[in-house]
Amino acid sequence: MKKQKTYVWPDLVFKEFLMIIVLTIILIIWGLIMNAPLREIAAPGRSENPSKAPWYFAGLQELLVYFDPWIAGVMIPVIIAAGLIIIPYADTNPQGKGGYTFSLRRFAVVNFLFGFLLWWALIFIGYFLRGPNWQLYLPWESWETVKETGNHLRSLSPAVGLVCISFYFGLGILLPPLMSIDLYLLYGSLRYIVVMTLILLMYAVPLKILLRLAFNIRYVLVTPWFNI
Amino acid sequence: MLKEGKNIWEKLKDSNLYKSIFRHSYEDTTKNRALQVRSNIFLHLHPVSVPEHAFKIRFTWCMGGITFFLFLVEAFTGVFLMFYYHPVPEFAYHDMKYLEFDVPFGIILRNIHRWAAHLMVFTIILHMLRVFLAGSYKPPREFNWVVGVVLIVLTFLLSFTGYLLPWDQLSYWAITVAANMMGAAPFIGHEGPFSVVNKYNDIRFVVLGGTEIGANAILRFYVMHIIVLPAAAIIFMAVHFWRIRKDGGISGPL
Repeated sequence: MKKQKTYVWPDLVFKEFLMIIVLTIILIIWGLIMNAPLREIAAPGRSENPSKAPWYFAGLQELLVYFDPWIAGVMIPVIIAAGLIIIPYADTNPQGKGGYTFSLRRFAVVNFLFGFLLWWALIFIGYFLRGPNWQLYLPWESWETVKETGNHLRSLSPAVGLVCISFYFGLGILLPPLMSIDLYLLYGSLRYIVVMTLILLMYAVPLKILLRLAFNIRYVLVTPWFNI
Repeated sequence: MLKEGKNIWEKLKDSNLYKSIFRHSYEDTTKNRALQVRSNIFLHLHPVSVPEHAFKIRFTWCMGGITFFLFLVEAFTGVFLMFYYHPVPEFAYHDMKYLEFDVPFGIILRNIHRWAAHLMVFTIILHMLRVFLAGSYKPPREFNWVVGVVLIVLTFLLSFTGYLLPWDQLSYWAITVAANMMGAAPFIGHEGPFSVVNKYNDIRFVVLGGTEIGANAILRFYVMHIIVLPAAAIIFMAVHFWRIRKDGGISGPL
């Protein structure tokens, strides 16, 4: 197996050097024409409305509308990081190594891109479309207009919630092997359950958002210790 | 005169001093191209030769390299900012104003530090996307993907700890939002489910050095921002780059 190889010096080093120069110029121009944000001095007694997290965390902050803080701010980022770490050990498909392909790894690409785009969509909504009291303001709407807060939210009763959640995860995990055995065989049982649980957890996020927006459901599962 | 000058140059190149610094000539030969990379501590990160597709921006997106360069920009501008910044609530905000209005080029320094930080978070995410789409995490590169995830987390934390330092309303309330989320962590946050701690010993207290964001918080964020997290990032980057070589160089079509 002979591959066409090229010397790093000078061709690749030259490209890298060029990239460094271009980026340096971009940063200097950017630094000249746009000032880094600086508001008034921090005043612990006077809160900003809205108080926004840095843009890369605005997606998680947006999730606070739909989830309690321990889920939006702690469980979801931890599960995302754990899920990312698991990817190379979960994806045993040997196809498509070192090259861009969709047809050979549809399952992996579709699910990864879904999560990736969901992350950016939440950031976009949280950072650009939220105004005072975290109400939805379109970019051309003035923040001076006061928006009504709070629909009457309701929660599912614990029994119904438990059934819904078991149904969602049970069906999500059992249905694919019942319909076609391929996926299950490809992964092995433990790997399959871990992968499907993570993927179902990911889709549960937009599902919960839909439940909230369409049916005003606050919690799917209410327990004395925590609410989901 | 000309002849004499040439002789001096040639004599210099023959001298012990010159040869102790430059180990080989600059003629464009195959051997020198290899030595140029091999005998240079900075360039020896690279292999002597790489496959053709490694040159193509449409394959690499150049995002890993750009992220590394932006880290260097952050370190460089960060050191200059440290000369003007006092990590205490009484001074921090005024140092921003000082940088903006009194320090020559101070505002550009701060702007570049800020924008490069935002850009770095963006490019590292794009780097992850490209590595995923190119299937470059597949064996034998699984562990390097894990190191990459650690580096993403470190980048987020670096950016996040830097966010408090200007000590303005934006930074104060952004950190408040995040700190309150920490307080809601299960088990280790005082407001979280199954909490086993109280307000004075939970994870929020550890991060802020108190129950409120104050002098201790700004000092903790500062120390994390300028030494602990960059040191961790450097170690993980060293492993990350070294593993690329050890795992068979840049991934490519078989």
